[in-house]
Amino acid sequence: MPLLKVDDLRTYFHTREGVVRAVDGVSFQVEPGETLGIVGESGSGKSVTNLTLMGLVPMPPGRVESGTARFNGVDLLRCSRAEHRAIRGKRISMIFQDPMTALNPYMRVGRQIVEPLLIHERCSGKEARERAVRALETVGIQDAPRRLLDYPHQFSGGMRQRVMIAMALITRPQLLIADEPTTALDVTVQAQILELIKQIQSEMGMAVILVTHDLGVIAEVCDRVLVMYAGRIVEAATTRKLFQRPGHPYTRALMASLPAARKKGEALYSIKGMPPDLTQPINGCPFAPRCEVAVPRCQSAAIALREFREGHETACIREQEGELP
Amino acid sequence: MTKFILRRLLSFIPVFFIIVTMLFFLIRIAPGGPFQGGERAVPPEVLEKLRETYNLNAPLYRQYVDYLVDLAQGDLGPSMYQPSRTVTEWVQLRFPVSLELGFYALLVAMTLGFLAGITAALRPNTITDYVPMSFAMVGICIPNFVLGPVLVLIFALKLGWLPVAGWADPLDKVLPSLTLGTAYAAYVARLARGGMFEVLAQDFIRTARAKGLSETRVILRHALRGGVQPVIAFLGPAAAGLLTGSFVVEQIFQVPGLGKQFVDAAFNRDYTMLMGAVLVYAVLILCFNLVVDVIQAWLDPRVRYG
Repeated sequence: MPLLKVDDLRTYFHTREGVVRAVDGVSFQVEPGETLGIVGESGSGKSVTNLTLMGLVPMPPGRVESGTARFNGVDLLRCSRAEHRAIRGKRISMIFQDPMTALNPYMRVGRQIVEPLLIHERCSGKEARERAVRALETVGIQDAPRRLLDYPHQFSGGMRQRVMIAMALITRPQLLIADEPTTALDVTVQAQILELIKQIQSEMGMAVILVTHDLGVIAEVCDRVLVMYAGRIVEAATTRKLFQRPGHPYTRALMASLPAARKKGEALYSIKGMPPDLTQPINGCPFAPRCEVAVPRCQSAAIALREFREGHETACIREQEGELP
Repeated sequence: MTKFILRRLLSFIPVFFIIVTMLFFLIRIAPGGPFQGGERAVPPEVLEKLRETYNLNAPLYRQYVDYLVDLAQGDLGPSMYQPSRTVTEWVQLRFPVSLELGFYALLVAMTLGFLAGITAALRPNTITDYVPMSFAMVGICIPNFVLGPVLVLIFALKLGWLPVAGWADPLDKVLPSLTLGTAYAAYVARLARGGMFEVLAQDFIRTARAKGLSETRVILRHALRGGVQPVIAFLGPAAAGLLTGSFVVEQIFQVPGLGKQFVDAAFNRDYTMLMGAVLVYAVLILCFNLVVDVIQAWLDPRVRYG
């Protein structure tokens, strides 16, 4: 049984400029212990999908228009606020992109780390402190008992992300949502943080949803991948299959735009055009206007995610019909 | 922290010296002088005698040095207009009243301001935002000398709940404190709303929510500390304004405070009294600014170690 099963999730933002369909009919599932990558460019809905699951989308202007998200049998989109609070921070934890701003600058990190224990497990102060020391040691922070008394600004960026991870994992959650956890960090630190997440995951056996726009990160840590575009999932596959043969022109374009895909000195590939305006209804495939292999049919046909080979789904109709090489 | 406070206290000495010097000469530059402009002209020989008594015939630099020497011994000199008491005695008599009024007004300003501002920030652009903020806007716009009489009209004359003026009973103190406090409550409300609003939009608030904290805990534990910063920064000038600005209210409600004394002294060219009152305010403002800096350092660790 999947740990998390999301069906037909739609999160819209009702703004003055119109209704922004940030997440428009997304379905996926996460198995216990697996790492699911979600990749896509800015505005593709990958963050909003996760914030919706966490109940952190500001409402208004946001609104969940449809869908279910079953986590251990509880529908996260329909449960009471109190029920949701009891799950988040306890069984689902989240870490964010920018560790420089995600920690409270006015509070000692120790107090921030123990907070989930105090409210979810009603730990005694002493036990909470001991567990915080262990958590900091687990994420590789030296001299943990003393560091608990420091404020966030006394840590470097990488160290703060370690603190965030320690805080997220202190309740031993079943699911960790990492929203671009390495984007704001130095390249050398990025690898360390990914390594750390992978290592803790294998020790604790939790599932991870890793949101990123970096295909390199996906290749390194994920078991399965969802590719998002314009609020929809356009491709879903195991990491191996995705990199072996991408099943959507968008994914192929993303891979072609990696600097490593070109020889040194050669101009980098970029996808022509802009992502679609999400306030306008989209007919057919959202990527069709920018697609190099689009045919007139792409703009009108009904688009749905279908398996075109084992363990590999795509929303591209030409791929589904085997028209692409 | 102790070092920081000591350093600040030491810096008071030159600041205070500059204030005394500027004040001393500015007051004497102003046209007119004590013992003039009364109902009847003072006979020349009497005037001469008076100037002699108050050391006004000596050269200006001599007067200045004498004043500094006296001041160093804590002597503010005799009042030139109300010679029944020395300036020090007048200050001792009047200042506690102003301080009391200022304190109540500050209490009113903080309580009303915080309640209104934080309520408004929690649900921006809804009725619970618009109503308190409209009141705040009105509070800023209505000057004390209008609000005071209006409150008297309603609560003292029409309803008869509270006395019109005076400063003896606890009930006497309600209207002056409210009048003086509401204008500042309005500023506090706007600052508190702005501060909370900004903090609530920060990433770390989202982190706090992601941990599953209740909304109350998010606000009290995570948002409040940062949200009140603008108000704390405003507290120094506000406290100073409450004390120095209280003379209008003291006048309206016949409160025997230092503010009234101060304005009278300025009108009567009571040099020594004026100097004394301004110096008390100056010291007060310096102290308030220090207190505010200390509170800020305590609230925000980045200031503390920066």
